[in-house]
Amino acid sequence: MRVLLALILVLGLTAAAEPKVTLPDIEDEVMCVECRTALNVSTAPVADQERAFIREKIAQGLTKQEIKDALVDAYGPDVLATPEAKGFDLSAWLIPGALVAAFAVGVALLARRWRRTPASPEPDAPELDPADARRLDSELAAFDR
Amino acid sequence: MRPRLYWPITLAAAALIALLTYGVASNGTDTSIDQALADGKRVEAPVKDLPRLGDTGTASLADQKGKVVVLNVWASWCDPCQSEMPLLQRTHDRIAARGGVVLGIDTQDSPEAALDFLREKNITFPSLRDRDREYGRKFGVAAYPETFLIDRTGKIAALKRGPVTQEWLDQELDPLLEEKA
Repeated sequence: MRVLLALILVLGLTAAAEPKVTLPDIEDEVMCVECRTALNVSTAPVADQERAFIREKIAQGLTKQEIKDALVDAYGPDVLATPEAKGFDLSAWLIPGALVAAFAVGVALLARRWRRTPASPEPDAPELDPADARRLDSELAAFDR
Repeated sequence: MRPRLYWPITLAAAALIALLTYGVASNGTDTSIDQALADGKRVEAPVKDLPRLGDTGTASLADQKGKVVVLNVWASWCDPCQSEMPLLQRTHDRIAARGGVVLGIDTQDSPEAALDFLREKNITFPSLRDRDREYGRKFGVAAYPETFLIDRTGKIAALKRGPVTQEWLDQELDPLLEEKA
């Protein structure tokens, strides 16, 4: 009896750890294969068929990954919103990284250039003409009083 | 900034533009078949082994060599495809004795939904699965339905981008059936 109760408890905990997949969970990671927009914003007839396909797989108790695999099997890899890491789609993964790396190199080069540039000396104050010098002296003397 | 700093930026920009150009060009629709037919030339039909819909194994257009093939690209979710199916089935029944066949290419479609649709419409002509339209792109398929008439030597003799009509079939298909292999 105790073994049975323990088994029920373990099964219950496992079920709780794997929440049930819902249509919105998957819709934003899948494309409408004909209109090339995310499934959750598409109203095309094929999008309706894809949603029905997903609902059917959810009802069969498939996991999110299993449903995505089934979608690829039925509609091809273009059904996934995430680009594949091969062919032309590979550029979607490589280019952002390359741009970040290029930006970092650019910043490093500029920082090195700025560091090497000698600090320019402070410019000398312009000479006061005698009249202004006398006026300045008298006004400073007035503050001292 | 010294000129040497411009080179990496220029090269990176050129590479990015080249990549974007390639991406746009590779996703464009191929109209070379339309152009060739407009010039009065027949074009060799692309051939590829595809899975049979509702059956095991693969088949291709090459298996129909010697026959006139009405190659119809369809999907069960496409309303115009649904509308033209009875006409295609009647055509298949009509041309079978004259060495003709209708061959469906079911594209971007759930196989279960496609088979349900065929059963519901009593469609008996064979269909192959072009899961991700890879084969259809070789024909310049941009929407559904599209139909290609293949002569007995395996060349595309006519095409219809959109639903077929009885008039179009009478005009384009019947002369092909009269041709010898």
